[in-house]
Amino acid sequence: MPKFRIAVHIVPRKGLLDPQGKAVTDALHTLGFEYVDAVHVGRYIVIETSADDAMAAGETVREMCRKLLANPVTEDFEVESGVPA
Amino acid sequence: MKFGIVTFPGSNCDYDAYHAITEILGEEAIYLWHKDHDLQNADVVILPGGFSYGDYLRAGAIARFSPIMQEVAAHAKGGGPVLGICNGFQILCEAGLLPGALLRNAHLQFVSARVRIRVENPDTMFTNLYQKGEILEIPVAHGDGRYFAPPASLDALEADGRVIFRYADASGTISADANPNGSERNIAGIINEQGNVLGMMPHPERACSPLLGSDDGVRLLESILARVAA
Repeated sequence: MPKFRIAVHIVPRKGLLDPQGKAVTDALHTLGFEYVDAVHVGRYIVIETSADDAMAAGETVREMCRKLLANPVTEDFEVESGVPA
Repeated sequence: MKFGIVTFPGSNCDYDAYHAITEILGEEAIYLWHKDHDLQNADVVILPGGFSYGDYLRAGAIARFSPIMQEVAAHAKGGGPVLGICNGFQILCEAGLLPGALLRNAHLQFVSARVRIRVENPDTMFTNLYQKGEILEIPVAHGDGRYFAPPASLDALEADGRVIFRYADASGTISADANPNGSERNIAGIINEQGNVLGMMPHPERACSPLLGSDDGVRLLESILARVAA
């Protein structure tokens, strides 16, 4: 089976209190980046896996997100298209 | 009665729980290793505090998939008592045995302090020796203790009497000042629908002797004894 690299972005769900994002926003304001409206701090995960094709690899990674990588109560995720590894 | 205390890699309150059960309560306790597939006939399971699997990914996210957790889930489904303290509470939420999630403290700091909690529901197998509205002094020590659930879920928990403890001040007032981590509605502990799985961030096992500043946690353990033995 071909190998793929797939990146996943996990961020706090929109509208939920995000104290980390708020703290980074405040720090950026202090540094003079006064036009920053909001910052969201999440996780970036890269999965290397074998699969029949890029689409199948993406579907598997979405399942991983639902089962483990993201918390369904508080987080949203986006799966990038798989690239050949 | 036999208490099974689960040790995950990174658990650090398993001995505190063991001490409280054997020395204070005078009951039998055994350690259950996370790779075990057997609760060894424990009547009550305790998921202790700590940093299982280094809190990698999210607190409790990986411990949830330990072999022993399948047994704990089966025990819980069969009505067996399960007490999750601190990291144990986080694991129970990740495992879906309790609703909601525990997020980074709102002020982003680790909090290690003795706090006050108000007993909201004394009619459970974990709280039957307390009075409704009683204020307990129990320590907390966590970085991810902010209880969160969607508003509809919080309303349902409250309507069903499943919020067991709330952070309060000495007079019993529920206020933002008394809330050590920004938890929704000052929630410090909740129970499942069946009433046999309790998760709480404060550490009752560390409040078991006047020498340690408080023995308010003892009656929680005695409550289990009173109800399960009956």
